[in-house]
This record gives sequence, C-alpha cells and structure tokens, in this order.
Amino acid sequence: MSSFWSLWIIALVAINILGSWWLLQANRKIAKGEGATTGHEWDGIQELDNPLPYWWYLMFLGTLLFAILYLIFYPGLGNFKGLLGWSSTGQWEQEVARAEAKYQPIFDRYGQMSVEQLQSEPQALKMGQRLFATNCSVCHGSAATGSYGFPNLTDAEWIWGGQPQAIEASILHGRQAQMPAWGPALGDEAIKQVTEYVLQVSGRDADPQLAQAGAEVFASTCAACHGPDAKGNPALGSPNLTDAAWLYGGSRAEIAHSVRAGRQGQMPAFADQLGHERVRIVAAYVYSLNEASGQSSP
Amino acid sequence: MKPEPDLVPTRTIDDSQELNLYEKREKIYARHVEGLYQKIRLFTGWPLLMAYFITPWISWDGRQAILWDLPARKFYIFDWVFWPQDFMFLAWVLIIAAMGLFMVTNWLGRIWCGYTCPQTVWTAIFMWAEQLTEGSRIQRMKLDAAPWSTDKALRKGTKHVLWIGVAFWTGLTFVGYFTPIRALLLDLLTANAPLIAYAWTLFFTLATYINAGWMREQVCKYMCPYARFQSAMFDQDTLIVSYDPNRGEPRGPRKRSADHRAEGLGDCIDCRVCVQVCPTGIDIRNGLQYECIGCALCIDGCNEIMDKMGYPRGLIRYTTLRALNGGTTKLLRPRPLGYAAVVLGMCAMLAYGLWSRVPLELDIIRDRSRLYETGVDGWIENTYRLEILNMDQQPHRYRVSAEGIDQLQLRGPQEVEVAGGEAASVPVRLAVPPTGVVPGSSKVTFQVETLEDKPQRVSEPSRFIAPLPR
Repeated sequence: MSSFWSLWIIALVAINILGSWWLLQANRKIAKGEGATTGHEWDGIQELDNPLPYWWYLMFLGTLLFAILYLIFYPGLGNFKGLLGWSSTGQWEQEVARAEAKYQPIFDRYGQMSVEQLQSEPQALKMGQRLFATNCSVCHGSAATGSYGFPNLTDAEWIWGGQPQAIEASILHGRQAQMPAWGPALGDEAIKQVTEYVLQVSGRDADPQLAQAGAEVFASTCAACHGPDAKGNPALGSPNLTDAAWLYGGSRAEIAHSVRAGRQGQMPAFADQLGHERVRIVAAYVYSLNEASGQSSP
Repeated sequence: MKPEPDLVPTRTIDDSQELNLYEKREKIYARHVEGLYQKIRLFTGWPLLMAYFITPWISWDGRQAILWDLPARKFYIFDWVFWPQDFMFLAWVLIIAAMGLFMVTNWLGRIWCGYTCPQTVWTAIFMWAEQLTEGSRIQRMKLDAAPWSTDKALRKGTKHVLWIGVAFWTGLTFVGYFTPIRALLLDLLTANAPLIAYAWTLFFTLATYINAGWMREQVCKYMCPYARFQSAMFDQDTLIVSYDPNRGEPRGPRKRSADHRAEGLGDCIDCRVCVQVCPTGIDIRNGLQYECIGCALCIDGCNEIMDKMGYPRGLIRYTTLRALNGGTTKLLRPRPLGYAAVVLGMCAMLAYGLWSRVPLELDIIRDRSRLYETGVDGWIENTYRLEILNMDQQPHRYRVSAEGIDQLQLRGPQEVEVAGGEAASVPVRLAVPPTGVVPGSSKVTFQVETLEDKPQRVSEPSRFIAPLPR
C-alpha cells in the first residue's frame, strides 16, 4: 500500500472513531421542553424518547475504547502492523507447525518401519488409504483398480515390479515409460504382423501366417525390451504381453496403435510432495491391496 | 404487613436546563412477601434448580449421562449418542419449545417469566442471600444510606461471597454439561485444568453474578427479546396480573373501622405494598406494562392487606382484560389451540424420528475422474467410495450390497467391520457383464445393513455409467 492510501485509511478510521464519539456526546442530553417524543410519528403512533440506562452509554464508550486498543495491537491503521505483529499468514504457519509437532512423531515411527512391517499396523494402513484417496485416486481410482492408461494396482501384474522396494521407488521418484513409435521404422505390414503375433502370445485368436511373420519382427525389434518370450522386464518398465492385463487396451486395433504411435506413460514423483515417511505408508497400503487380492484369488 | 414509607424518591428532580438521555438505574429494594403464589414458585423453582445442578453428576454406562462433547462432536443423552448429522432433532426441539412458549403465553400470560425463567429464579436466590445478610427492605435502604462501617462492610462482603459462591457453582455446572464435571471440578481445584476451562467457568460465574446480582430487572427490560414480543402473543383472554380499578378506585387512606364506601372510596388503601414488592419496580395499578413479568408478588402482598382490612381478596389478581371489562374469559380459542396442535404434531414427529433413528449413515462418493472402466474380464466397472459411519456405541459388522441393474456385481469387500463411533472408507466397484450393459446412466442403490436379527439398515442411491453403443 502506498503511503497516500495508508494515510487515507488512517484518516478515515480516525474520523469514524472521533465522529462516533462526537455523535454519542452530542446526543447525551436534550434541552428541556423539547418534547417527550422523538418526533417520529407513523399513523398516529408516536415514538417516546425515554432515557436509556446509563450503562448503555458506558458500553458505547467501551466499544470506542476497544476499537482504539484493537488498532494499537492489531493491523488496521493503514501500513501500521500493530504492536503484536499478528498476521493471518503467521497464524496459519503457527497452526501448521503445531500440527507438524503433533503428527510428525507418528510419521517418523512408521517411516522407520519397512513396508512388510507396516502390514501389521492397521492404523498405518488406514492412513495410507487416506493418503491414497487424496493423492493417487485421481488416476488409479479409489479402488486402485486403475483405468485406461493407469495401471491396476490390485492385480498380480506389475509393470515396474511389485516388490515393496519397487513400489516405493515408483512412488518416490516416479516412472517414465518409453515405448517408441514404430510406425515409421516398421511400416504398416510389419505392424500388422507383429500385432497378430502379440495376440497369439497372449492366447487369443490370431492369423497364424501373419503371426509367424510377426514373430521375426518381434525377435528383431521388440524382444530387446519385452524379452524373447514377451514376458516384459520390470527393470525397463516394459509390460508383460502374454497376460490379460492391458494398460492401453488389448484389442487388435489398440495393440496396433500402441506399436505404431508408441506410449509415454508417466508416473509423477511424490518424494517432494509427500516426503519419505508418507510415501512409505502409501507404499505399504498399495502393497496390502495386492496381498489382499492375492489371498482372495485361489 | 404494615405500610412502609418509600425512602427512595421515584425520580431525582434536577433543576438544570438539560435532560439526560442516559439515566442512572434506580436501585429497587424489593420487599419480601409470602403467600400462595410464592409457595407455587417454590414448587416450580426447586425441581428445575435441582435438575440443573444434579443432572451433570448422573453417571450412565460408565460415563456422564448428559454430556455435550463439542470437540468430539458427540452429544450424549443417556443411551442416545447424537452426532452433528442429527442436528435436525435439535431444530425440532427448539421449534417445539418456541411454539410451546407461544401457546403458554397466549393462554397463561408470562408465567414462564414469573415462575421458571432462570433470570427470575436466580434473582430470587440472590435476593434471598441479600435478605439474609442485609435484612429487610427498610434495613437495606438504611444500610445503603449509612456511611461505611465494619458492620456494613461485613454484611455487604458476606452477601457478595454468597453471590459469588452461587454464581461459581452455577458456572461450574454449566461448563459441566460440556466437559465431564467430576474431572473438571478436581482439575479446577488442583489448578490442573486447561486455560479454556478456567476462562469459561469464570465467564459463566461472572455472567451469573452480574445478571442476578446487579442487572436483575434490567435484563427483562432492556435485553430480553421475549419481553418485547410478548405483546404479539397477548389478546383479550390472556391471563394477566392486574389491578381491578373498578373495585379499587378511588384509592386513598382510611381508618380500618370506617365504612369506605360511604366515604366514596374504593378498596385500594394506597399502601404501596404492591409497588414495594415488585422486583421490576413498577406500579401494577397503572395497568398492563411490558415490564411486568407476571410474578404475582403484588397479588400476595395485596391479599395480605385485604385480609387485614377485612376486604375480599383479589383486588390485584390473575384475570384477563375481557373479564376486567365485565365479559367472560374464553378458554378454548382458535389461536392457542392452533399452537397446541403444532406442538403436539411436532412432538409426535420428534418421537417418531427418535424411535426410527438408525445409528448408521452411508455416504457414496462416485469416482469422478472417469466415467467407467473396462475390467480384465470385459465387464464394465464403476468405482465408488462408501463412507460408512457407525454412530452406535458398539462395533458392527455390515453387509454391503447394491441393486438396480440386472446381473449387477459388487466387487470389493462384501462385509465391513466398523468400530463404535467410527467411520470407514470402503472403495468398491460395481460391475455389469458386457452382455447386460444398459447404455448411459442408470440408477443403482447401495444398501448397508448389520448382520443381526433386527438389522440396522440404510440405503443410498447413486449412478452407474456405461458406454453408449458405438
């Protein structure tokens, strides 16, 4: 605020306080014989000007005194910050610090336990569920079952590995998938062939002739990442192509499109946003989902 | 009862040329009086007082029977535990209280003010303490006029100690409805209570002390909204405390033996007892006034005088404007009957609401980031988060189900255990086989019920979204 507007506000406040005081004093007494009514009259009903109790007058003075004291201690007079130095940001920071002091020990304790140890801490898993709902469910869904482009976290198929350390690393540092676009390099015919081969290895109806040709394309182009048996490689984030889980859809057209245009799936890193302790707790929750579904399915 | 002089002039005469628009309060020295209506007041006041002071000390099921735990947002009333979600009941109770007050006021005038209002009851207690330490009305007036002395200081000091004692216990009891009173009392006495407990106890102690000790009738005259809108509740047949001018006028002193009728006098001997006993300092003979709280002290005072004079009682009495003007009071009138009908209806609704209340709540949050998913098996899935709130004291095991579409399948936990007073967040999916898909948005209903013989059950609607055919 420029000093002109600061002075302007100070002047307005001062005029208001002084004006209120003047108004109060000016109306304290009336000359005798001025009449027992206020002069207001509606439909023959007159408003009597009966005296108010004296303590009302004192209360008016009290409000004026309160206003002055408030303006001394709290910000209100233009750029003057008040003697207490209070600010809403400062109050918020204090509250955050209080919350940190209260909850940090809990996070510290869980942060020192491993994902496997946390499986037997129901409270930690509950916290993990809430953290998941806030931070992860936007993409992976409340039930962590994922959707098109976002992997299902409850099944046994893991693109980047399903061990506790791998899950934690995925959350901490994020993941960047690199399926190149093979359209220009392979050409339409080879893409058609390799698509039939992928359909065949995942156990579905495929044109055997095209699939046979596709096997050669696969061995020379795709096996480097997806492996000679097409079972993928968690270290590279290349998915297993023989199972039923398809991140970008498993239909003939969708597979062909993935090969032609490539896929750049991205998992953001949460290390800065959540901190190591909370990431450990979320990882434990995600791991527990997998455990639960693993136990329920025979 | 002998007539006493009014030692305090009703208004100070000042000869200045100005009129002060803020006047000092005229202290009211209410004279002690006994009689029928004061006995009635004992029977209305004591049970209410006892209920107020004793209730927080009642234990129930290992906790305080009535406790409004604001930080935990739980409100215990014996076996009931109310949550903020139940605030509708509070609204109903308040509507019933307001309508009940309107009904009673229209029928019986301000008997709430006169007999049961805490302001009146606590003022009566404080006046009793005043009488005990400073003596009768005349003695109090003399004591106030007298210069300071040891006796005066002792009497005044004792009075304030008594006042503060009552006020403290009142404040403590009030705070005791919001935080367990046994621990509160112990902590306050051992200086272990949190600052906020001291602050609130001090606040209610001071409020009681100031209201009942110093403010008294000013609360009724200047602060209480009910005193101001009561006139809207009054009609010709409302019971009021009134002087009978037809019988009393012309007023004037006379000898007891004299035949006042022959002297042309009415029954009022102008002894001013009715004015001296009035706690709000009005003269009831001036007619119905908004300051009159209907306490009937003037009736008891006047009846005593009438007995002494050998006149019939009831020169000041409970009556109605219609009866005063020679008519017959109508008891059954449309207006109070209408209020009564509303009160009865609301009471029935409240009772039904409490009886049919299920201590279980279900909220459904549908995942909004996607319309639907296609499962590994080709089924169309929607994801929901069920918030199951167990408002009961005991833990329950709930069965979750959903219906609304043929072949609808619930994927996720089918049974959930929730501890008493806790909320569980349960992610579930609904799935429909590709052959049974209803395109677009369909209504589905989730149901959560306990696995008991008489299950607690709630259901809540949501939507299931499936792709349109391409």
